[in-house]
Amino acid sequence: MDRRQFLKTSTAALTAAGAGGAPWRRALAQAGPIKIGLLAPLTGVVASGGKEMVEGVQFYLDHVKGEIAGRKVELVIEDDASNPDTALQKARRLVEQGNCHMLIGDLLANTGLAVANYVKGTGTPYFIPIIAADDLTQRHRIKNVIRVAGYSASAFTHPFGDWALKQGYKKIATISQDYTFGHEQCGGLAQVFTEGGGEIVQQFWHPLNTADFSPYLGQLADLKVDAIFAMETGADATRLIQQYASFGLKGKIPLLAAMNGTDQSVIRTLGEECDGIIAAAHFAEGSDNPVTQKFTREYEAKYGKIPSLYGFSMYSGIMWVATALEKMGGKVEDRELLIDTVLKTELTGSPLGKTVRLDGYGNPIYDVQIRKVVKRADGKYWNVPVTSYPNVSQFWTYDPETYMKQPPYSRTFQGIKKA
Amino acid sequence: MMQASPQPIRIAGMTGSAVVVVLAVLAVAAALPLVLTSYQVGLATEMLIFGVLAMSIDILAGFAGRTSLGHGAIFGVSGYVVVYASAQAGLPPAVAFVLGIIAATLVAVIFALLAVRTSGVYFLLLTLALGMIVWGICLRWTQVTGGENGMRGDVRPTFLVTHRAFYWAVLVTAAVVSYAMWRFVRSPFGLTLLGIRDSESRMRSLGYNVSLHLFIGFTVSGFFAGVAGALYAMFNNFVSPSTVAPAQSVEGVLMMIAGGVGTLFGGFVGAAAIIALENAVSAYTERWQMVLGVTFILIMIFTPEGIIGTLRAILTRKGR
Repeated sequence: MDRRQFLKTSTAALTAAGAGGAPWRRALAQAGPIKIGLLAPLTGVVASGGKEMVEGVQFYLDHVKGEIAGRKVELVIEDDASNPDTALQKARRLVEQGNCHMLIGDLLANTGLAVANYVKGTGTPYFIPIIAADDLTQRHRIKNVIRVAGYSASAFTHPFGDWALKQGYKKIATISQDYTFGHEQCGGLAQVFTEGGGEIVQQFWHPLNTADFSPYLGQLADLKVDAIFAMETGADATRLIQQYASFGLKGKIPLLAAMNGTDQSVIRTLGEECDGIIAAAHFAEGSDNPVTQKFTREYEAKYGKIPSLYGFSMYSGIMWVATALEKMGGKVEDRELLIDTVLKTELTGSPLGKTVRLDGYGNPIYDVQIRKVVKRADGKYWNVPVTSYPNVSQFWTYDPETYMKQPPYSRTFQGIKKA
Repeated sequence: MMQASPQPIRIAGMTGSAVVVVLAVLAVAAALPLVLTSYQVGLATEMLIFGVLAMSIDILAGFAGRTSLGHGAIFGVSGYVVVYASAQAGLPPAVAFVLGIIAATLVAVIFALLAVRTSGVYFLLLTLALGMIVWGICLRWTQVTGGENGMRGDVRPTFLVTHRAFYWAVLVTAAVVSYAMWRFVRSPFGLTLLGIRDSESRMRSLGYNVSLHLFIGFTVSGFFAGVAGALYAMFNNFVSPSTVAPAQSVEGVLMMIAGGVGTLFGGFVGAAAIIALENAVSAYTERWQMVLGVTFILIMIFTPEGIIGTLRAILTRKGR
């Protein structure tokens, strides 16, 4: 009797709590602010990037004094813990309990895919400046998921493969985190490199959060390759770069990296281990473009550190959405109009110093910089462009329809051309 | 010589007053979606699902004296099979649901075969290790399980797509499954398990096949964990390695402990408490796991019998 009695009382208590919540929720719907739900990994393997995502958004909102199109902006921040289950839970909370008008953010591709699957059902606009899973703007395009100021994973490694060929590299090995982003970055490089006559000798895949790279580095050292391409993000990037140097591979085999590996969020804690690593990206904080320099200077003045890709992308992403909102008079409740306006908006004020527009699939077209990590005058390391490929789309030089007929990059398909 | 008091009327194994209370609880639970927001209904659904998981762990921990740290893996395997069957193989939801439960039961059989000869800390370690093997497979067998990315799919049948409809379906399932578990632990078989918990050597000397009883108990417990896992896959329409991770097993055990080991229905209370706490606290701080940890320490110090266990203890003390 006691146990069931308790169950009855507790259920009644829960009901009372729930009933208390309902009228409060209705009241919120009449309020004025634009509610933006920001999902970022504040804990987990990519926590360093996640924190900068939040800073990037706040940096922009500070610039516009917390108002877009005359309405106050209410930013609700949730931690997705670098984990797709948590990301899904938090997205649900932001949309259903927090009544956010839009979602923005997420870092890891698997978290983005989980949330995108969810917003497919609710129709909430979801902006992904950082999520790079190719298919979200290709074969499995979801109308309300837009990659403002973002990039698809293989977009930058296509020209990188071309650059590698031009350097005279004939054999490359890749080591990468074993998830969509890694598969796609490696696939982009492998496809263009092998189509130009190069050879991918071997590919290594490791789980996220690998502490010890010695089994992989040992094997890589034995291969006779001209360069190694490493696709790493967050803490994995830091550890790989450090272990690469302490293994004695630095200076022996050139290291090519995904831009996340030489991003400020990683290299600002490293020393000369990261010197000379080359990556392909749209953003190079050491570029001599005056707009980029101004952005870097102001960001450094405010946050005491050089801006990373994550800060830059979220800043430009929210700028893009804000520009669209200004054009529509701030009517953020009209989802269809918001999505259409964003797709048509061209971003002129971004720190890249050039106008950026979206292609027909909701993905931006950029000038891709091949950039190198060099030491600045004050001893800190940053990325400086070496050469540049203008107007690169997510499809490189391929025709979109033909490109989309090939399967998406995965563990089993890396676009490698059979010799 | 005193007259024996008349036997109370028993309906479905419960006394008359208990039936009234159960019906009242079910009625209140069924009425919840009418007053809660859709997000809160989602939370309530999760509480029911994890309540079933915690109860399944309690069958072994509370009634056979063997705490398993591998039930998260069994729970998650069911989820993986359900999502795979409906998203990749295109099977109808009902078939996927059944396949998930069968898969979980098979995994439980394998675990059981290895674990029944051990007890105490060794049982804990063995089930933990087995759970980690399952997690490793789900994480690295990317071709089938999707690895880090997990698997997405529209798993629910069309008539259960809304929050409310799904909640009611889960409520009915949870009620049926809880009743089954309750009958199971009250049956002669369940009493044998209690005997094994209290003194294995005595049971052996009485002629009971201890290993067989534990094996069957583990398999039945795994079956119910599989039901919870299949429901969770339908709830999320998504499964990832974190669903089979050791952390999931630990959470299940913690929910059981918070409710009260050996109280069976404490599983629901523990699950509700922890899910409510997680949600309330994570709205204020990203360090909510620390708060959860501190809460468990407090539970262990002040109410080691769990919420319901402590209440029972208070009421029986008052009764004297």
